[in-house]
Amino acid sequence: MSISIKHLSHIYDYGTPNETIALENINLEIEHGEFIGLIGHTGSGKSTLIQQLNGLLKPSKGTIVINGLNITEGLSNLDKPKKRSRGEQHKLAKARRLKLLEVRRKVGLVFQYPEYQLFEETIEKDIAFGPTNLGLGEQEIKVRVKEAMSLVGIDYETYKDRSPFELSGGQKRRVAIAGVLAMKPEVLILDEPTAGLDPRGRDEILAQIKNLHNKNKLTVIIVSHSMEDMAKIANRLIVMNKGKVVFDDSPHKVFKEIDTLEEIGLAVPQISYLARALNHAGFHLSDEIITIEEALEALKEQLPAIHPIKQSLKGGKA
Amino acid sequence: MLRDITIGQYYSVDSSIHKMDPRFKIIASTLYLISLFIIQNIYAYVLVITFIGIAIMMSKVPVGFVMRGLKPIFMLIIFAFVINIFLTPGDPFFKWGFISISLEGVERAFFMALRLILLIVGTSLLTLTTSPIELTDGIEYLLNPFKKIGLPAHELAMMMTIALRFIPTLLEETDKIMKAQMARGADFESGNLMSRAKALIPLLVPLFISAFRRADELAMAMEARCYRGGEGRTRMKVLKYTQYDLRGLLAMILYLALCIVL
Repeated sequence: MSISIKHLSHIYDYGTPNETIALENINLEIEHGEFIGLIGHTGSGKSTLIQQLNGLLKPSKGTIVINGLNITEGLSNLDKPKKRSRGEQHKLAKARRLKLLEVRRKVGLVFQYPEYQLFEETIEKDIAFGPTNLGLGEQEIKVRVKEAMSLVGIDYETYKDRSPFELSGGQKRRVAIAGVLAMKPEVLILDEPTAGLDPRGRDEILAQIKNLHNKNKLTVIIVSHSMEDMAKIANRLIVMNKGKVVFDDSPHKVFKEIDTLEEIGLAVPQISYLARALNHAGFHLSDEIITIEEALEALKEQLPAIHPIKQSLKGGKA
Repeated sequence: MLRDITIGQYYSVDSSIHKMDPRFKIIASTLYLISLFIIQNIYAYVLVITFIGIAIMMSKVPVGFVMRGLKPIFMLIIFAFVINIFLTPGDPFFKWGFISISLEGVERAFFMALRLILLIVGTSLLTLTTSPIELTDGIEYLLNPFKKIGLPAHELAMMMTIALRFIPTLLEETDKIMKAQMARGADFESGNLMSRAKALIPLLVPLFISAFRRADELAMAMEARCYRGGEGRTRMKVLKYTQYDLRGLLAMILYLALCIVL
């Protein structure tokens, strides 16, 4: 499952005074099984980009090829509608719809605050909405609902007949994510999946996403504003600014660019700032430290005396 | 998909018409509408057209913008025109089969269409030069005398203001939910009427829930800032009649006098 984006541009309201360029000449290759963090300031084009990936927005220019299927063919939003007979139009619309369904099955998109899209009477029915739209059989749908619920850690028997509106915020969000997972996507895109959750809910969701990536071999693209989370879980970071890709590299490499990142309204993990401050104070830590664990290791090496200190701290407590 | 819908058509420029008091503009528009229905002859129509023409010019709103308001009722105008041409009794000057056209019919159809057009242009001018908030403010003031008979003028105006405020928010929300459901394979664009109506459920349920949630939050936020209805509430921007209204008033008196004379 590879995604290849070539010369992708998106212009909103083309030809009107409100014309804005949201994406400009994006070129990306995404391989199967990658875990990608997409970061950027508000309005940098992240949301526009992920909506392109499953055909919700039509690109102005450029192509997106997902596993050999060109999803952008004949879909440019700059094309003037050609005159066609009704039958022809109908056929085209049908072909387009089938293609889009196929794309949306392959690429699952979880929007920001996905719990607001819940609408059914029971959790089971809500999760079944996607598979039903795919035209699957009743048996298959049930299997998928069960599977999706267990993937997000919600017990099928206890919750299937409950109303989604009785759940807590974190649970609702997991049900909503299960609604996308039930379509068995090969690529899972999440737009700020942890926004507005308490620390525990956030950790649970992130752990489950990581799990999906490891166990189910999903390609994951996650949009986030938390540099700490990205440092912890992503293995590739794409940084966007004003509709362009600024960096596209491993988190270690990207977070080295503190100055550029701050210039475009982003930051690096707190621990990287600490490492930098320590280096100014005379330490010699690597500039690729982005997680607390890495910092701890590096400090241990440079501070052979850390163990006595630790022990004396323990002693003090006792 | 929904971003091209605009509600309220306020055209923001700085002109003497824009500066007029909304109360005066509402009253003037009402008088203008009444005048349209009392005038009878061609001279009066010339007067009305000149009057509204000058008003449009003074408002600095492009003529095309004003005319845009006519688009939705274009069919209605044509329909009224045709009905009047054929169904007005009188001396037929053209006869073909069962179709007969009288001079009176042509005259009446022409004036009817003109009257409709002038009606829309006049009211468009009001909404183009007055922001929705000003408009509700003006309506609230004008409804104040009716408070004595139990009309909740302030509450009505506040409801309108809030509704106007939330239209773009709800449109945005609709767009979001629509996309979220489309990502789950929902189809809003094909199928017959029944299946399309059914496809709206996954859109409308979340939309209503979020609208109620927003209403709840807004009510709380307003109460937290001590809102308790219109009783004793002062205003930040008190409406005041200015010299623009005085000039408008003089123009209006002159116009009405001429209307009655003609």
